[in-house]
Amino acid sequence: MHVSLAIWAMQAFTGLSNFSVLLLLALGLAIIFGQMGVINMAHGEFLTVGAYTTYVLSQVSERWAPWLEKTYFLVAVVVAFFLAGGLGLLVEHVLVRRLYRRPLDTLLATWGLSLVMQQAFRSTFGAREVSATLPDWLMGSLKPTPSIDIPINGLVVLGLAIALTGGVAFILLRTRFGVDVRATVQNRAMASAAGINTGRVDRLTFGLGCGLAGIAGAAFTTIGSTGPTSGSSYIVDAFLVVVFGGAQSLIGTIGSAFSIAQLQATTEFFMTGSMAKVLTLSTVILILMMRPQGLFALKVRR
Amino acid sequence: MTASVTPAPKPAARPPMLARFTTQLTVDRRARQNVYFVILALVLLVVFPLFFDIFRLNLVGKYLTYGFVALGLVMCWGQAGILSLGQGVFFGLGGYCMAMFLKLEASDVKSTSIQSTPGIPDFMDWNQLTSLPTFWIPFKSLFCTLVAIPLVPGLLALVLGLAMFKRRVGGVYFAIITQAVAAILSILIIGQQGYTGGVNGITDLKTLEGWDIRTDTAKYVLYFVNVGLLLGAAAVAFSIDRSKLGRILVAIRDREERVLFTGYDVASMKTFAFVLASVYAAIGGAMFTLQVGFMSPSFVGIVPSIEMVIAAAVGGRTSLFGAIYGTLLVNFAKTYFSESFPELWLFVIGSLFMGVVLVLPNGLAGVDLRKAVLTMIVRFSRRGTSRRRNAPPAPVVVGPVPEAPDGHGSKGAEALHS
Repeated sequence: MHVSLAIWAMQAFTGLSNFSVLLLLALGLAIIFGQMGVINMAHGEFLTVGAYTTYVLSQVSERWAPWLEKTYFLVAVVVAFFLAGGLGLLVEHVLVRRLYRRPLDTLLATWGLSLVMQQAFRSTFGAREVSATLPDWLMGSLKPTPSIDIPINGLVVLGLAIALTGGVAFILLRTRFGVDVRATVQNRAMASAAGINTGRVDRLTFGLGCGLAGIAGAAFTTIGSTGPTSGSSYIVDAFLVVVFGGAQSLIGTIGSAFSIAQLQATTEFFMTGSMAKVLTLSTVILILMMRPQGLFALKVRR
Repeated sequence: MTASVTPAPKPAARPPMLARFTTQLTVDRRARQNVYFVILALVLLVVFPLFFDIFRLNLVGKYLTYGFVALGLVMCWGQAGILSLGQGVFFGLGGYCMAMFLKLEASDVKSTSIQSTPGIPDFMDWNQLTSLPTFWIPFKSLFCTLVAIPLVPGLLALVLGLAMFKRRVGGVYFAIITQAVAAILSILIIGQQGYTGGVNGITDLKTLEGWDIRTDTAKYVLYFVNVGLLLGAAAVAFSIDRSKLGRILVAIRDREERVLFTGYDVASMKTFAFVLASVYAAIGGAMFTLQVGFMSPSFVGIVPSIEMVIAAAVGGRTSLFGAIYGTLLVNFAKTYFSESFPELWLFVIGSLFMGVVLVLPNGLAGVDLRKAVLTMIVRFSRRGTSRRRNAPPAPVVVGPVPEAPDGHGSKGAEALHS
């Protein structure tokens, strides 16, 4: 009895940990795609920017700044946000800004961007996967009872996911900038007429989304290694989470990340990983066909 | 495609230079298309076989199988405005149907006698399968295989298309869902090694009804069969393009709601375009298997599907000729760069793609030098009057609002209110 409870608890935590990964992935995308309607296929590469930032900082602190070794990860999260976000602002200005009226073309152009970024990573860091050296406090696991084993890095990712979601909700719902963003989404012409600089809102929204991807990348270094193409392998999952949740709703993104992660964790218990993935993705697509607006659709007047 | 169809007779007053030029383009568009078609046929049937040895010709034949996909993409993306990021699915299904037939022929009881279960494909034996799975049985017959090649992908496209277009899921959502389908199929093929050959795909294909497909003669024959089919597919696409249906497809791309309100069954027409594209891709896949001699999941997933879109976009998404030439060009470039400068290839294709999308939305086929020069002159003379550069989604004061991602907007109503 006790053992099956322990299995259940660990299984639930696997689901939670999948959930936090999906949520981190989808948050930035939910802002860019959900709020702006831009499909950023290079989103995974912004994630990789964050991951490589963490790796570089870990190397730097190991060699030249031993006093940073304990805390470099926190620094990396901040640096990753600003680096990926800054890159996002640049990309918005050079590329995406010119394509807002052609959403399908943003998809193609940002795919081209993702290829260029992948090759840039490969030329800089090599094709081999690298891992950041984790500080002691990120390793190991908690043991509330002898048979339950909860990894600390999973908890940290979960904590980051919750904190970021809270932060995004705060920005969107409680700040002036959030009001501007929501106004622009709901009625661009009216927002513009009311004096909101919609061009600036677009730029900052895109930058914020990319910055969030950077943080997600930093968080991912605690659970896996980083390679030039590791970002792109997440992109389909991330888009499905956002679309499944209802593109313009933050609650929807959380709900869909949770349900997809739990479905995946549960099916993985009964069959091989690849079949579980096939089953999860197919279920999501079938539901989307029956309910194209997603789980939680925001009613928007256009 | 921007030119209007009405062939205007000589207008009384001299129209502006640009308009006069466009009219002239329209009048002889059909004649020019016929000439281009003959040129394409000559290039593929005469020039390439004369100048390339069989190795290079076989390579061209392989690229031309992507040309089928590009033709389909022009019909469904360029004409009807449906971007499918899952063409690799249909290419792969067609290719796998062909490969399953060839594999069964290659694994007769005699040549597989060392296996623990003779008479089944080698990879099944490696995966401890003891009998042929049921879905493989129809592929013992060439007739069933030839029927299955267009039918299986066509049916999948029909189901996907009807399910989505009837619910008015379009644009971006359609692209993401087709991309997810591509992901699912490639994961499925890789995961079910015993049934599909897994990540290696189906290899060691030898004969087609006893005819060895690996000889040079066979490669020549297959090249010409491939070109014949491609020209046939292009001819069908042209006749659709010139028909009323083709006009309506373009209208759906440009103003879907107006076509809907005029009373046309938009969903069925979009489904038709999507199914046509899927069947074209499937034929390409089957010809790929025949000419290259294997099929693997690396032609099914997300990356190959997008590469096919890239080729069509570079050549020109609205031009059937552009798509074929674009496919040849992109794949030649890919072979050249990945052989000579492997580290540069992704930079080149990535920048090429961003550049094409930004500067030449209609691809290389959209470049009209004379028109470009004229437009430039007109633009320079008008400079200063319209200098709103930093305005993302259009000055939306009156009239049509930029396309809503889900297409549920009520544009007419909005225009009325303002």
